[in-house]
Amino acid sequence: MILPTAIAVGLVLLALAVLFAAIRLLRGPTAQDRLVALDSIYVSCMLILLLLGIRFGHHLYFEVALLIALLGFAGSVAMAKFLLRGEVIE
Amino acid sequence: MSETMQHLPLWVEILVSVLVVVGALLTFIGAYGLLRFRQFFQRIHAPTLGATMGTWLIVAASMLAFSLAYGRPVLHEILIGLFIFITAPVTSILIVRAALHRDRRHSGDEADRPRGLTDEP
Repeated sequence: MILPTAIAVGLVLLALAVLFAAIRLLRGPTAQDRLVALDSIYVSCMLILLLLGIRFGHHLYFEVALLIALLGFAGSVAMAKFLLRGEVIE
Repeated sequence: MSETMQHLPLWVEILVSVLVVVGALLTFIGAYGLLRFRQFFQRIHAPTLGATMGTWLIVAASMLAFSLAYGRPVLHEILIGLFIFITAPVTSILIVRAALHRDRRHSGDEADRPRGLTDEP
């Protein structure tokens, strides 16, 4: 009974983290603020999937989380390059 | 709760619970800092709490839970920890470099004084 409660608490905290980052994403005055917020959102979503994997005892959540980590990194780097130079591939 | 996680010993449940809650709490604090700090160069520091300790603690909790539920070492979650460990600094460096570049372009020739011109009022 301890573990499901702890995972529920963790899920609520991570959902609030996604919410705060989404507020920063909508409100952030500059483009780099929004980029940092997006970066934080994908890390939080990956952690949510890991917690769901522990909760339901299934391996599939791990693979989705790994995929989110890979694609989130690629997206953040591409967006940072775009902010730096105005184009992604030089 | 699925049947694979039913018969964990009590100390494992307590340890995994502590790891999960502390990791989620650190991520939450990082996002709260991202929302509350005033300047961009302060804000970029906050989410690294979630990208370092938050990720590692939750990955450790997952490895511990699955290893003891299956009775054999289940270590593939460490891939996520290693990947975030490698990529989070790269992303931060690129974002900060882009932000500095944009600030300099907006502030004329004061190239060596990044003043955080992107502040909120």
